[in-house]
Amino acid sequence: MSKNNVGVDISDDILSTYDYKPFAGTQLGNPVSHRVAPTVRAQFGENKVVDSIAQVVKAEVKDGMTISFHHHLREGDQVFNEVMQVIIDAGIKDLTLAPSSLTNVMNDMVVKAIQAGTVTHITSSGMRGSLGDAVSHGALKTPVIFRSHGGRARAIETGKIKIDVAFLGVPNADEQGNANGMTGDAAFGSLGYALMDAKYANKVVLLTDNLVPYPNTPASINQTQVDYVVKVDQVGDPDKIGSGATRFTKDPKELKIAQMVNDVITHSAYFKDGFSFQTGSGGAALAVTRYLRQAMLDKHITASFALGGITKPTTDLLAEGLVRKVMDVQDFDKGAADSMHTNPAQQEIDASWYADPFNKGAMVDKLDVVILSALQVDTHFNVNVLTGSDGVLRGAVGGHQDAATAKLTIISAPLVRGRLATIVPQMTSITTPGESIDVVVTEIGIAINPDRQDLVAALSHIPGVPVFTIDELAAKAEAIVGKPAPIEYTDRPVALVEYRDGSLIDVIHQVKE
Amino acid sequence: MAIKKTALAGTLESSDIQITLAPAASGGIQIDLDSAVASQYGDQIKKVITAALQGLGITDALVKAVDKGALDCVIKARTIAAGQRALEQTEPAWEVL
Repeated sequence: MSKNNVGVDISDDILSTYDYKPFAGTQLGNPVSHRVAPTVRAQFGENKVVDSIAQVVKAEVKDGMTISFHHHLREGDQVFNEVMQVIIDAGIKDLTLAPSSLTNVMNDMVVKAIQAGTVTHITSSGMRGSLGDAVSHGALKTPVIFRSHGGRARAIETGKIKIDVAFLGVPNADEQGNANGMTGDAAFGSLGYALMDAKYANKVVLLTDNLVPYPNTPASINQTQVDYVVKVDQVGDPDKIGSGATRFTKDPKELKIAQMVNDVITHSAYFKDGFSFQTGSGGAALAVTRYLRQAMLDKHITASFALGGITKPTTDLLAEGLVRKVMDVQDFDKGAADSMHTNPAQQEIDASWYADPFNKGAMVDKLDVVILSALQVDTHFNVNVLTGSDGVLRGAVGGHQDAATAKLTIISAPLVRGRLATIVPQMTSITTPGESIDVVVTEIGIAINPDRQDLVAALSHIPGVPVFTIDELAAKAEAIVGKPAPIEYTDRPVALVEYRDGSLIDVIHQVKE
Repeated sequence: MAIKKTALAGTLESSDIQITLAPAASGGIQIDLDSAVASQYGDQIKKVITAALQGLGITDALVKAVDKGALDCVIKARTIAAGQRALEQTEPAWEVL
C-alpha cells in the first residue's frame, strides 16, 4: 500500500497489475519519451470509398483490438452507434474502446456492447448516464482508465494507447480522405481530438455524409493518413451537435459567481495587455466572458490568445479585436464553428498541441488564466469532475487537469447544488490536484489556496468579494444541507484516474448496492 | 390519530419535495421515498417527515415523498401543509409550527 501525493491509498496490487506509479506532484520536470509510429499500408490513388461499414469491419476489426472514435459530434453523433452495432452484429469480442470521450447518445450502445462481450476494456475522458451507472456498479471486469485530453494525447504518442482502427465521422471528405470539420450539414469546427487518431491509428476510417470533389481543402485530416472513406446517410444531427445560439444565463447565482470570477481576474497581476485565458462552456463561464470583455474595453487591454473549447462569446472577442488568436481544440456551438471557417486567426490545434505534457511544449503551459468547473472541491483544493456525490460516474476529466496548470486557476462553483454540497471535507474521487488550483469562487465568496500568498495579497481586499478559508466554505455548505451519510464502496476498482503524466491520482471503487 | 383523507403539498420543482398522505388504519407512518440524494440524506428526510407528522398528532399514514433536493426546512413545511390538509384543519395549528 502506498499513499500518493493527494493522500489516496493505492494498493501494490493495482500498481503492479496495471503498471502505474502513484501521482507524485504537478511538477513533471523534462520527461524523455519515445513516440510510436503507426503501421502503414501503401496505396496509390485507388478510390478509398466503400459503401458499407460492415465491409470495413469485416476486413479490419478483429477480436482483442483497440478501436477509437472522437466526440466532436457530441449529442448529435450518429457514427458511434452505427459502427458499434455493426461490430456487435459481426460477433467480435474483447475490444478495447478508446474514444476521446463518450457522450450521452452513446451510453446505451456501450452498455449493450459490454453485455455482448464485444467491449471488455474502456479508456475515455469521461462517462455518464446509464453507462456511468453500469460501470459504477461493476459492469466491466477491468477498470476503466480515465485520462485528460492531454493525457490521452500523451498515451497515444507513447504507445500506451495503441489504436488498431479509428472510426472518425467528418462533415466532408473527398474520395482519398482529405477532410475538415468546418463545412457540411454536420459541421462542428475543430477536429482537435480526432487529429491524434488520424495520425497514430494503424487504420483510419473516415465516415462522411458529404463526399466532395478531389482535392478537398483545407484538409485537417489528409489522404496520407486515411485507409477508407465510408459514405453514410448522416454523420450527425446538426441540432444536437452544439447549441445553436449561446444564451447568457439569467440565474442570479451564476451571475454573482461570474462577477466575482471577473473581479478575481481583473485584480490579479495577470490581467495585463497580452494575457491569455481559457473558459469553459458552463453558464457562469460564458457570463465571465461578457464581464471580461467590458473590463478589457475599460482598461484598453487585449488578450494574446484564448485556448481550449471555444464558444461564440469568445469568437466575438476575436472579431472585435479584443483577442488576437483563438487556439481551438473543439467548438461548443455553431457560432464558434462558423468563426473557425471564416476567421484565419482561429487556429485548429490537436490535443497534443493543446495539452500533452510529454511533447516539446503544449499551449496550456503558456496559459495565464483559466476558469474551470467542479462537481466537488475538497478542503485541500483538490477537485472532482468525474463522480457525483453518490460515488457514481457522471462526468469527464476533459482538459481539467491540463488547463489547471495555468498561472491562475479559478474554480467557479456554487456552494451547494440542491441538497448537495460542492465544497466538502471528503470527495467521492479526485481528478485534479489542489496543488494546481489557486482560487475557488462561490456565490458567497472566494477561498484562496494558502500556497499562493501572492494571490492572498492581491485578492483579499476586493470590494464585494468576501474571502473565506476553504474550511469555512465547507462548513457553510454543511450548515445549509446537513451532514451526508458516507457513501459505501466495495473493494473492487471500477475506474483508474490518471494524472496527465500517466501516474495514478485516484482509484474509483464500485458503489455498494 | 389517523388522517381522514388523501392530501398533497409541494411541487416537483428543484429544491422542493412533494408529500402525498393517504389514510392508513394502522401500521404507523410508512414512507415511500423517491430522492436523488437518498443514499446520503434518505434517513434524514424520513426522520424530518416522521417528526413533522407526529407533531400534528398523526400516528398512521401512507406517505409518498418525491424529493427534488429539498432542505430540511422545506421538507418540514410541506409535510405540515399536507398533514393539515389531510386532517381538514382549516386554521393552521400555529403552536406546532
